[in-house]
Amino acid sequence: MTVVRVIPCLDVDQGRVVKGVNFVDIVDAGDPVELAAVYDQQGADELIFLDITASHERRDTTVEMARAVAEQVFIPFTIGGGIRTVDDARRLLRAGADKVSINSAAVARPELVAEIADEFGSQCCVVAIDAKRTDTPGLDSGFEIFVKGGREGTGIDAIEWVRKVVDLGAGEIMVNSIDRDGTRDGYDLEMTRAVADAVRVPVIASGGVGGVEDFAPGAIEGGATAVLAASIFHFGEASVAEAKTALAASGVRVRPPE
Amino acid sequence: MSEPAADGPLIAVLDYGIGNLHSAHQSFCHVGANAHLTADRGLIADAAAVVLPGVGAFGACMRALHDSGLATVAIDAAADDRPFIGICVGMQLLYEGSEESPGVEGLGILPGQVGWLPKTEIRPQMQWNQLDLTDAGTTDPLLDGLDRSWMYFVHSLVGPGAPEVTATCQYGGAQTAAVRRGSVWATQFHPEKSARAGLQLLTNFTRIAGADA
Repeated sequence: MTVVRVIPCLDVDQGRVVKGVNFVDIVDAGDPVELAAVYDQQGADELIFLDITASHERRDTTVEMARAVAEQVFIPFTIGGGIRTVDDARRLLRAGADKVSINSAAVARPELVAEIADEFGSQCCVVAIDAKRTDTPGLDSGFEIFVKGGREGTGIDAIEWVRKVVDLGAGEIMVNSIDRDGTRDGYDLEMTRAVADAVRVPVIASGGVGGVEDFAPGAIEGGATAVLAASIFHFGEASVAEAKTALAASGVRVRPPE
Repeated sequence: MSEPAADGPLIAVLDYGIGNLHSAHQSFCHVGANAHLTADRGLIADAAAVVLPGVGAFGACMRALHDSGLATVAIDAAADDRPFIGICVGMQLLYEGSEESPGVEGLGILPGQVGWLPKTEIRPQMQWNQLDLTDAGTTDPLLDGLDRSWMYFVHSLVGPGAPEVTATCQYGGAQTAAVRRGSVWATQFHPEKSARAGLQLLTNFTRIAGADA
């Protein structure tokens, strides 16, 4: 039976967590280790760090961050953003990241998915998609893959794309709805369900959570096995424990907070 | 950072050059073991206990184990009564072979073949799941205090349902989660990624290693 994972997502710039965070008892709101420990205590099942560092040269700070988190926090974590080569992935995994997530780089060069999966295993190769509803003819699913942070359409059908990357070796798909991102209207459940029905690997719902009541539909109607949120956790509007209580109240099985 | 504890039992984490071995090593240091990620035969021979981690595909891990010269070292270490633990794919390598990589011989330390999880379930099982201890598990010092605890699993294949199973988890039926044969232990889940419950298991193993040393 599926036990749905709750995953806080943290944006990281040069090894520091950016955006909000109002936790009491925290010394440094930008310290990824301290924040990871807080989410672990709240019962987070995994963490995702999204690297938004603009300069490629400064990404060494992200490798150092992975090492620091792995030394202190003993739950799985994924690093996404800026991974373009097998070597980029190797450095992060060797430093202690459990998975890497690739998005635009996979669109630019789909073989990267196979290269990472072949070398390190499918279980550590997450493909994230930014998708948007479309009525463009030829995109049969009605969902199109976007890149560059959701600003640029690719003309690729999202459902054909996720089938392809799973065939190439992706072990997990993170589905982010551009339409819903930042709206607080809840996940795009149709999009999530379309992806979950198209592939046989775990699917993470992402984009649009406004409150703890938005999590359960992602699992029940969307068919996701993991639910992700950023701002409601970072701004202290809800804890991971509260998210799990809401999921359990809707009949979704979760690992209970300690 | 967590340094190896100088006065803790020497635990050798076999370094055969695959993905994330750092976490297994770090987590043992964190619970007070004098843990070393190493391919040094001398150090491994001196260790009070040996850890065989593993991620990725069975065939690739077996190849890396042979290439690094550590396959025979692992077999010898498991045979000589020192505490030995295989983790995740490191557990699967202990069997005779795996449906994942037909034709590739495993270490043969435990009898039987590794098989696919049921087709009806999402593969991999990538989630936390709850341990059910078997009768043998309730007296196993490795699992002391851990009945019904939650552990993190990532796997598409699983060891056989008998013998020597100490814990199972439910995933399309009862699946083998942990085994013990004498001084050889193995877990399908990742204790090093299972928060406080996982660290408790590593503490238990370190205690076993210390008592034995």
